[in-house]
Amino acid sequence: MGFDASYTGQKFKSVGTRPLRPDGVDKVTGRARYGADFNMPGQLVGRILRSPHAHAKIKKIDTSKAEKLKGVKAVITAADLPDLTDGDAGMYDVLDNCMARKKALYDGHAVAAVAAIDAPTARAALKLIKVDYEVLPHVTDVDEAVKPGGPLLHKTVFTGGVDPKPKKPSNVANRSQYGHGDVEAGFKAADVIIERTYRTEQTHQGYIEPHACVASVNSDGTGELWVCTQGHFVYRQHCAQLLGMDVSKLRVTSSEIGGGFGGKTHVWAEPVALALSRKAGRPVKLVMTRDEVFRASGPTSATSIDIRIGARKDGTITAAEATLRYSCGPYAGMWAELGAMTSFACYDLKNVKSVGYEVLVNRPKVAAYRAPSAPMAAFAVESAIDELAHKIGMDAVKFRIKNAAKEGTKSSYGPVYGPIGIGPTLEAAQKHPHMKAPLGKNQGRGMACGFWFNFGGQTCTDLNIGVDGTVNLAVGTVDVGGSRASLSLVAAEELGIAYEQVKAVVADTATLGYNDMTDGSRGTFSSSMATIFAARNAIKVMRERAAKMWDISVDDVVWEDGHAKAKGKKHGNLAPLSVKEIAAAAPNTGGPIAGHNEIVADGAGVSFATHICDVEVDPQTGSTRVVRYTVVQDAGKAVHPTYVEGQYQGGAAQGIGWALNEEYIYGKDGRLQNAGFLDYRIPVCSDLPMIDTQILEIPNPNHPYGVRGVGETSIVPPLAAIANAVSNAVAVRMTHIPMSPPRILAALEAEKA
Amino acid sequence: MSGVAVTTTINGDEVEFICQPDETLLDVLRDRLGLTGSKEGCGTGDCGACSVIIDDRLVCSCLVLGAEAAGRKIETIEGMANGDKLHVLQTKFIEHAALQCGVCTPGFLIAAKDLLAKNPNPTEEEIRFGLAGNLCRCTGYDKIVRAVQDAARVMKGA
Repeated sequence: MGFDASYTGQKFKSVGTRPLRPDGVDKVTGRARYGADFNMPGQLVGRILRSPHAHAKIKKIDTSKAEKLKGVKAVITAADLPDLTDGDAGMYDVLDNCMARKKALYDGHAVAAVAAIDAPTARAALKLIKVDYEVLPHVTDVDEAVKPGGPLLHKTVFTGGVDPKPKKPSNVANRSQYGHGDVEAGFKAADVIIERTYRTEQTHQGYIEPHACVASVNSDGTGELWVCTQGHFVYRQHCAQLLGMDVSKLRVTSSEIGGGFGGKTHVWAEPVALALSRKAGRPVKLVMTRDEVFRASGPTSATSIDIRIGARKDGTITAAEATLRYSCGPYAGMWAELGAMTSFACYDLKNVKSVGYEVLVNRPKVAAYRAPSAPMAAFAVESAIDELAHKIGMDAVKFRIKNAAKEGTKSSYGPVYGPIGIGPTLEAAQKHPHMKAPLGKNQGRGMACGFWFNFGGQTCTDLNIGVDGTVNLAVGTVDVGGSRASLSLVAAEELGIAYEQVKAVVADTATLGYNDMTDGSRGTFSSSMATIFAARNAIKVMRERAAKMWDISVDDVVWEDGHAKAKGKKHGNLAPLSVKEIAAAAPNTGGPIAGHNEIVADGAGVSFATHICDVEVDPQTGSTRVVRYTVVQDAGKAVHPTYVEGQYQGGAAQGIGWALNEEYIYGKDGRLQNAGFLDYRIPVCSDLPMIDTQILEIPNPNHPYGVRGVGETSIVPPLAAIANAVSNAVAVRMTHIPMSPPRILAALEAEKA
Repeated sequence: MSGVAVTTTINGDEVEFICQPDETLLDVLRDRLGLTGSKEGCGTGDCGACSVIIDDRLVCSCLVLGAEAAGRKIETIEGMANGDKLHVLQTKFIEHAALQCGVCTPGFLIAAKDLLAKNPNPTEEEIRFGLAGNLCRCTGYDKIVRAVQDAARVMKGA
């Protein structure tokens, strides 16, 4: 049944309150089961052998010695994962990334795997596998990779999006372009132009829980997979396709997930575990080490971005142009394209052009990382905007407000905006007490804006009324940060019952219809929409049951405050029926009561944020400390404000790490040198201040409660906000992220020279 | 390799197990004793998700051998609540939303318990440095610090 998704403007009783999360007790007592916390009878231990070379032809793999080792039950190579992708180039890349077929394309690329009775045996078996490599020249740097004549990853890749089709193969997999107007004419009208090149280094999502799964494939072609993932339905589809199984016969259960941030949207080890199980005839548990997580999963792109922005002296931007090169790892992605789309999305521009180049390098396959590609583009654009404001002598916030996109603006990536939050977040930031806080010696303040699209997507939800009138809500979007609490609030709101009467669970792939994964900040947005509709369906059933109990027409029954009420004077003596009373009568009125809904949740409202940051830079060491940080972001409607704040704070903290510390460091040999939390340092508690948040609520017109996604935008402004703050503190423009101490000292030295 | 027989005390109960000489205490807890509340985030002592208290000392159980547990007293997350009654820190972590994904939470709770045992009245800075051995990627630590501050207030009053 179709429902109207329009914003209702209703007053809320449950939504917007801050109850305790339903999975809290399990998580503070150690009872919550994550990927590695599950076991099956007769389970083996799986381990993966990985290439030590950045780029090498695999001439031969001899597994015979490993197979003979006592306790080894299966050894597999690419030969055990035949190509069933049927011309689907994207899936072929996924397959090749799971297990290298002809060439190892990065340090850490899987080449073989074993299943053995225990971990020591599995480790010993890996050492007995002999791989004959022919080492090839490699390239890991995004700018080096685009230079002609350098090492080429694939002879079969010709730059797409270019007309006519190039005659020579290239490491540039694709070109994309967005924008409108005439930028050259715009630059001619400018009084001041800022033109700079910026770089950001590769970072990892850094979830604390390594990838983990338990796979079981039976001889009858059925299988089970327990796995930490952001999208178990997608994992099922990919694994079934790669293994040649029927989708319906592979049951995937998502464990509690110990962080994902986009990094668990992608299969790596799961098809390998399934293939090992199939060959061994026993369940296989496969858990990545932290070293493997860094070397073989996750990372975001390294980038190199040219920006040119021009403005008149009155503060009007006349033209803006970006050329963005994003590393993709060894397989084509759409990372530069997302950068090109998001780069100027905050502004109302007459003349704008952004061009993205997807660059192949010998590094791990890039995966989404929270608002993927937007933070780097925002770093470059917001740094240039800041510099431009300084140059024309205008306050950086006022300059942004003057040029901010608003309702009706044609965005730089195409669509025309509805009601949006960029202007309001800027105005709130302008008025925020943070802006007036005194700055000490060696301190500087910076601010920046950020944008993210937000996604909706395929969503399916079941709502079952129990015999006692309490409610089970089964959703298919994995709960990555408290969405079971927010979705329970939504079910309670729509039904008119107490939050405590709703219990939300994440259903497995065999018990609920397909759901896209929890990405694009869609978990609460899309599943709350499906929950509202499922509740409306259940209410319809309950009205019918009440009508039956009263023996009146269903048209005379309304639903108010969690009760069926008979309307009109003729039914005046009928006492309202509660959910509990209707549920109790269900066996005699038609059986179980449920509401179901499946939708494509369209209309995810775009999201904007403005961040303010104060830093202190030690001029002796180049070390930077964040002393004050404020996030202002539009939530549409904050369903559970505490967890919305948590999303704002968490994204800001990840951005701070990216801006100041985190980077993949490759040696000349093409090997990753810092594949561990000691050398790849994410922020710890003593690195950060409290992170202040301000939630704005500009309702999304396309959601009954006005909800927008909130998960990702918070990581977009920090790189630029901190770069602007550091640049203001040291009076040198910082153009290379992370602004690690050596990089800041080098910039200071260069300025002196 | 032949196994080592170990007798130890875990969460107040005497426990016996056999482990390999090179097996970590974390692996023993998780794989032999079914105490999966302690998590392996890194296996190198950098993330603190496997924190346990051995004889009043906070350690990463991934850096301790199972055999070293002999004759010691070990506290893990599974022993933090008193039966059904949650420890104040556990209650405050839920109340303050000091967890999102929750995988670091057992380690944080153990580390925070150790911190408050040694310093019942910590400043914000002391909390931040006291918990600097535990990584959280979700929260930005703000709500964790507030939960520990609130728990310290309640525990002092008790």
